[in-house]
Amino acid sequence: MKSKLNLDFEVVASARNHAKNIAKDMQDFISRHTTVSTERTILRLLGVDGVDDVDNPLPNVVVDQIKEAGALSTGVAYWIGNAIVQTGKTPQEIAEDMAEGKLDVTKLPTCTMEEAHEALQPSIKKTFEKIDMQKAKRQEYLDTIGSGPEPYLYVIVATGNIYEDVIQAQAAARQGADIIAVIRTTAQSLLDYVPYGATTEGFGGTYATQENFRIMRKALDEVGEEVGRYIRLCNYSSGMCMPEIAAMGALERLDVMLNDAIYGILFRDINMQRTLVDQFMSRVIIGYCGIIFNSGEDNYLTTDDAVESAHTVTASQFINEQFAVLANIPEEQMGLGHAFEMDPKTEDGFLLELSQAIMAREIFPKARLKYMPPTKFMTGNIFMGHIQDALFNLVAIWSHQSLLLQGMLTEAIHTPHMHDRYLSIENAQYIFNNCKHIGEDVEFKKDGIIQSRAQEVLKKADTLLAEVEEEGLFETIQKGKFGGVKRPFDGGHGLEGVTTRGENYFNPFTKLFMDHE
Amino acid sequence: MSENKTAVTTADLTKVKPYGDTLNDGKVEMAFTLPVPYGEEAEECAKQYVKKLGFDEPNVTYYHELAPGYTFFVVYGAAQQTIDFTAIHVPKVEGNVMDRVECGEWIGENIGRDIVVVGASIESDAHTVGIDAIIQMKGFHGHFGLERFKNVVPYNMGSQVPCEQLIAKAKEVNADAILVSQTVTQKDIHIMNLTKMVELVEAEGLRDKVILTCGGPRISHELAQELGYDAGFGPGKYAEHVMSYVMQEVEKRGWQNKPKIEDR
Repeated sequence: MKSKLNLDFEVVASARNHAKNIAKDMQDFISRHTTVSTERTILRLLGVDGVDDVDNPLPNVVVDQIKEAGALSTGVAYWIGNAIVQTGKTPQEIAEDMAEGKLDVTKLPTCTMEEAHEALQPSIKKTFEKIDMQKAKRQEYLDTIGSGPEPYLYVIVATGNIYEDVIQAQAAARQGADIIAVIRTTAQSLLDYVPYGATTEGFGGTYATQENFRIMRKALDEVGEEVGRYIRLCNYSSGMCMPEIAAMGALERLDVMLNDAIYGILFRDINMQRTLVDQFMSRVIIGYCGIIFNSGEDNYLTTDDAVESAHTVTASQFINEQFAVLANIPEEQMGLGHAFEMDPKTEDGFLLELSQAIMAREIFPKARLKYMPPTKFMTGNIFMGHIQDALFNLVAIWSHQSLLLQGMLTEAIHTPHMHDRYLSIENAQYIFNNCKHIGEDVEFKKDGIIQSRAQEVLKKADTLLAEVEEEGLFETIQKGKFGGVKRPFDGGHGLEGVTTRGENYFNPFTKLFMDHE
Repeated sequence: MSENKTAVTTADLTKVKPYGDTLNDGKVEMAFTLPVPYGEEAEECAKQYVKKLGFDEPNVTYYHELAPGYTFFVVYGAAQQTIDFTAIHVPKVEGNVMDRVECGEWIGENIGRDIVVVGASIESDAHTVGIDAIIQMKGFHGHFGLERFKNVVPYNMGSQVPCEQLIAKAKEVNADAILVSQTVTQKDIHIMNLTKMVELVEAEGLRDKVILTCGGPRISHELAQELGYDAGFGPGKYAEHVMSYVMQEVEKRGWQNKPKIEDR
């Protein structure tokens, strides 16, 4: 493909290589550690679910008990496998016994690692059957009713009540939405457990629970069949329970998941060691299950300046791509993020936004780029806001973005009303249709504003990545180079949940999830 | 040029109503959804509803089915109600508003020491946009933040900061003012968070030893005062508004020589 921006692909290759080394360096750290949430994920994948009599999720109960016994470094897989060998019970029954105080799995006689691993096989097999069935079901839908064309129109519902969300989601699908995201309740990302069951109360969103996932999945399948288009379901896994929520998403056939450790570090103040270890496990699951992950680079521009710091977005996209490669995620499932967040007063701002968006597409040709609408400079003037969203839509169709969060004219006022979504989708569909082939038809002036801007941003991204490679990612984040936010290595939420893996540690799922094309 | 001697050119401020293109035409445009099935009955329903709201000549210019059982309308109407503008009183933050440079100089001349402020988006609120707009060097919309002010030492603690932590920091650095930001307002969560903050500040015995302010897109000075804050800053207010208020308040309270909270 000829670059419309006259990009130097040697610089792209150089940047990618720096990112590869950065990710590899992190991977060495990751593979020496585990976390409470990673271990809880293993339990969930072994079929442990439900809560105890005070609403503690059983995966938490089990991991906490093992951790208190000082035995987490061996990994829950061993302790559960061993308990199966010693008691003949299932992982769920073992967890229930532990919750009732009837069993201490670290005090049983011990079998070998191989025997424990072997004892887990029936549970593992059951889980993979379930996940494979969900993958097949998605494929069946795509083969029969298919999905809409890209850019997929992505809208959010956020009523706090999953049943109300269903009404809003189905209405949005009928209006043309391709992806429905259920925004999580405020601060769920900081909970060190995943709530249980269907929920009807939340602030600014709805709890991500496995039951809520199931309810929404069913509703979207129904409306998808009605409108003749597969409606994708999106939720959010970044945060303290990153891999657990990814596992729940795998079991309940989510299609898109926000999943970005760097986002969690910068914007939720989650400890960097914790969330990078968690991210690996979650991405391994996501890769296998055909889920598109979304990274959160768009958020950098809400705290940092979109003109000055555009290269940090590009640099982070390179890093997220390489993290994904290490988790064996196909390019088509890489939903690298970016956003239309320049101050509307910027002269030629549209040209700069267009340049950035086309550059992202040229650098990551097969990725499912996630493009986010203006938020920072939405003021409450809904009329102006609607026009800002129109320019955003124009950039999106022009630069072939894949997943497009729909800008709402009422952004910065309230979570969308039903007709806000309609107006937003109407805006997008109008522009997409009117400018369908604008990307193919229009070329840019050599060394004009658009070309020069992209070349400059790419060069700065490459330089930044070289620095990060030199210093290491941890150090870079400590210095505040992404999003202008500084986070310490030992600070933030969740560090107490990180454990160095012991000699006999094993995670029975990593290898199985990575074993795919 | 034609002279229209009959046009009403001066509004009667004791009886104002919306202006479209002629004084007192009362013209208002509205957009809303009714949970009724699309059709002529829906159109009539919208018309009657707008009439009931007190508008004459309701005119449904557009309506559209959003989903089975839901219809969206754009409706025009002529408002009948009037308001006495001369009787309106809005509580405002007291004092003069100076720009960034003037603030710095004013503090140098009148306070004679640095003014210390601590800010955060508290409790469940994960949004930093508000507090960053006020404190971060870049500011917002061309209005630099407090980090760029002379004679001001700001601390930005970011988002999801528990009230207790914000108060502890204010004590640690002997803050003159605490800036609390709230962006999320769904189900009045901001009211709950802001109230919690006031209660804790009072419980700590700090209420009259620190200037307590809040800000956010849905916050007004009036609301802030109702909740027990000294001042509130809503949309269109930037770092210079906040600092102009804080520094004049520090002077008024005579804290020039009382940098330490315990001395106030």
